[in-house]
Amino acid sequence: MIAFILRRLLQSVMVMLTVALVAFALFRFVGDPVASMVGQETTLAERAEIREALGLNDPFPVQFVKFIARAVQGDFGISYRLQQPVMELILSRLPATLELALVSGVLAFAFGVGFGVYTALRRGNWLSGTIMTVSLIGVSLPTFLIGVLLIWVFAVELQWLPSFGRGEVVQVGNWWRTGLLTESGRASLILPAITLGLYQMTLIMRLVRAEMLEVLRTDYIKFARARGLSNRAVHFGHALKNTLVPVITITGLQMGSIIAFSIITETVFQWPGVGALFINSVRFVDVPVMAAYLMLIALVFVVINLIVDLLYYAVDPRLRVDRANARS
Amino acid sequence: MTPLLSVRDLIVEFPTRRGTLRALDRVSFDIAEGEVLGMVGESGAGKSLTGAAIIGLLEPPGRIAGGEIWLRGARIDNLPREKMRRIRGRRIGMVFQDPLTSLNPLYTVAQQLIETIRTHMDVSEREARARAVGLLDRVGIPAAARRIDDYPHHFSGGMRQRVVIALALAAEPELVIADEPTTALDVSVQAQIIDVLKEICAERGASVMLITHDMGVIAETADRVAVLYAGRLAEIGPVRDVIQAAEHPYTAGLMGSIPTLTQEAARLTQIPGSMPRLNAIPQGCAFNPRCPRVFDQCRTARPELVARAGARQVACWLYEKEAQNVG
Amino acid sequence: MTDFTPEDRPNAFARAWDSDIAWSFRHSPLAIVAAAVSLLIIAAAIFAPWLAPHDPFNPASLNLMDGFTPPMQPNQFTGNVYWLGTDNQGRDVFSTILYGARISLFVGFMAVLFAMVLGITLGLIAGYRGGWIDSLLMRIADVQLTFPAILLALLIFGVARGFIPPSMRDAMAIWVLIVAIGLSEWVNYARVVRGAAMVEKSKEYVQAARVIGVHPARILIRHILPNVMGPVLVIATIGLALAIIAEATLSFLGVGVPSTQPSLGTLIRIGQGFLFSGEWWILLFPSLTLLALALSVNLLGDWLRDALNPRLR
Repeated sequence: MIAFILRRLLQSVMVMLTVALVAFALFRFVGDPVASMVGQETTLAERAEIREALGLNDPFPVQFVKFIARAVQGDFGISYRLQQPVMELILSRLPATLELALVSGVLAFAFGVGFGVYTALRRGNWLSGTIMTVSLIGVSLPTFLIGVLLIWVFAVELQWLPSFGRGEVVQVGNWWRTGLLTESGRASLILPAITLGLYQMTLIMRLVRAEMLEVLRTDYIKFARARGLSNRAVHFGHALKNTLVPVITITGLQMGSIIAFSIITETVFQWPGVGALFINSVRFVDVPVMAAYLMLIALVFVVINLIVDLLYYAVDPRLRVDRANARS
Repeated sequence: MTPLLSVRDLIVEFPTRRGTLRALDRVSFDIAEGEVLGMVGESGAGKSLTGAAIIGLLEPPGRIAGGEIWLRGARIDNLPREKMRRIRGRRIGMVFQDPLTSLNPLYTVAQQLIETIRTHMDVSEREARARAVGLLDRVGIPAAARRIDDYPHHFSGGMRQRVVIALALAAEPELVIADEPTTALDVSVQAQIIDVLKEICAERGASVMLITHDMGVIAETADRVAVLYAGRLAEIGPVRDVIQAAEHPYTAGLMGSIPTLTQEAARLTQIPGSMPRLNAIPQGCAFNPRCPRVFDQCRTARPELVARAGARQVACWLYEKEAQNVG
Repeated sequence: MTDFTPEDRPNAFARAWDSDIAWSFRHSPLAIVAAAVSLLIIAAAIFAPWLAPHDPFNPASLNLMDGFTPPMQPNQFTGNVYWLGTDNQGRDVFSTILYGARISLFVGFMAVLFAMVLGITLGLIAGYRGGWIDSLLMRIADVQLTFPAILLALLIFGVARGFIPPSMRDAMAIWVLIVAIGLSEWVNYARVVRGAAMVEKSKEYVQAARVIGVHPARILIRHILPNVMGPVLVIATIGLALAIIAEATLSFLGVGVPSTQPSLGTLIRIGQGFLFSGEWWILLFPSLTLLALALSVNLLGDWLRDALNPRLR
């Protein structure tokens, strides 16, 4: 087991290095870093000096190693556009994104599994049919459109919920500002969380349904029925548990997507998170922010993948044994 | 005496886009108390469907379109779902073909056994566990008390099928339907599994419906044998009689294709052609295009099962003609 | 294969009508409606210059006095009536939608085409050649699949913009968008085609063709491609819906097509600005069009997948 985790960790490091290479290439070759940092009036000599100081004249591998060394310490340079350290910018905006992503993820998972199981078991009744049709609309509706329509209905017409921002936030600890502790903060979270979670919910739901139908056809489910077990035991004890392994995988990946899709939700709701920061960096070709955001997303994916691997062990005894055998 | 199980004119149909397929067509047979009935036929003849229909687990869109199934004098084919569920496992047990896929990989053997026992019997967890260990021991799992907490993948194929048998018998059913219980196993363990199944059922007085395409297994195990062809019963009777003197030409052909020690391999016969598909069953006797003794009547009218000497029944015009001549 | 005598061999139309796909289509009301809606919108987009009552991009034809006219009501100054109203600049919403759909569909189709050609080519090469090319391509595909396509498209878009001089950025935007969306969607095609290529290349007729010196490209195109047309068509249909949504999203985020060539996404972004002041029609009608388009194409793709692969249901 430990060997397995170590191997996965090594793979994760390799992935991070690859992404770092891409990020570095971005940083180095997209636009001219020096031109982006200095004003029009800077002389050529001064530019050359800055170039030397930034290490841009070093051989490529040396630059890359330095880039990584700085990245590990959280130093991604200065934003071209905002003239602030990138890491500071990201850290100040990360809590907003994480809170939004977490709440959406929990909503998506809970409703996705619930609806998925229901529609698999009650195939053909009107409610399943309705859920399936609505889910198809959910997949087809672009995230931003869901957000805009929700704003229209709940913020403009009904005036129940705020349409933008995080509401009132409270400082927790040194650098975490949360909106979860105030009423306006929670109210502000509802529409963005639904917007962000809806698509993921429909995906999880469709996956759970498909897996459930697959498992319900297996021999051990037939055998469980032939032993006279109650429907409840067959469906939830035997079938649902067997659908969990693929569902965990996809849900894990979806958590990563949620972080990525938060770019859109944050733009629609003017949510002060990292996604909005990234969009602006793309618009203004603010390469250091783009590079740092890329690394951050990669890190999130890698961490989630590791967690998913660990969850497999909790669910599937076959994996535990195969590893044990492989070791002995 | 009422038979334990009585199947009358059972019809199973599959509605499809291109019309309804009749997979079982008026199949009738009985299983007596404590009897082992072998059910043979080629794949697709409807053996497994018969089992599934009896235990009420036909897969949609398949459905019972006619006939009756009686268990100890009570009709069971039209029971509400919940009542039928209580019969499954408790009164009719079932063993499936592939032990590798019959057990839920995510639960230990103990969990699956205890769950089954407690579904049907009002016993405590501890009692159920004790029973479960006893059962595993009885089906020949060494060190049952320790192995019971293992997961299915810890067991070999043969051992898993023993576990499956223990599970099927956990709530002491009166009838066990064994659907090709050894087909997926190594030849070396097939005989052991059949022995275990037969012994333990005999011990408990349970009847067995043994579905197989292996006449050898039937010959050694069954009391009577029923031969299915294209969803219809061709012949049914005591094993010894049917094997030694098959009356239906199809059965005779089947027997001709079993090698025995006394027969030379060269004399093994083969039935020409293959069983018709369900959407192309010929008019009259389903076997007529392949039958060596076919005559005109076989091509127009379907023969019914007729009683013959020695508790045998045959569906073949050869014998109905005889009966008519006699009468 | 059933042998037909010449008399009772049905003509091509009858054969197509009787095929499984056609049967399944005729018996799926949802698929029929979806096909009708898709075709309607596509036709409207193609013939936009002839269908649109106004040319929203010709400043001469615009009258600012016509601005903010609600649907089906005469304008308070000019008395002009517009079916779906006008926006702040007096542009007819119906006409902008037709032109917007034209741009959305153009980007969508081109992106799918690009992804398809790229994916099929790389998939054929990976499957047929195997070895390190295969490993490399599939490793890239794996990594790419773990990242959401929209994020990838954003990144590619950002990078491409970095290389294009600022003065050219608007003019090149549509092509950058097509490449960005196409590059983020090639993997699915490549995987399917690679699988088929690996299966087919070991078959005897391919080996035989090789032995007699038929060029590999010819083998690939003649024998392997036809086998994957079904799945590729499904991926392309669903891919079209994805591409349309991706384009709309990027344009909505303000990083897609320039606002001088508004796509449906741009129109929705513009419409959102008037939500709070009550001009709902500027937002609603482009949104409904986008929804109808994406949903019907998605439904078609869904149906097609089930129809080509009945085992899945």
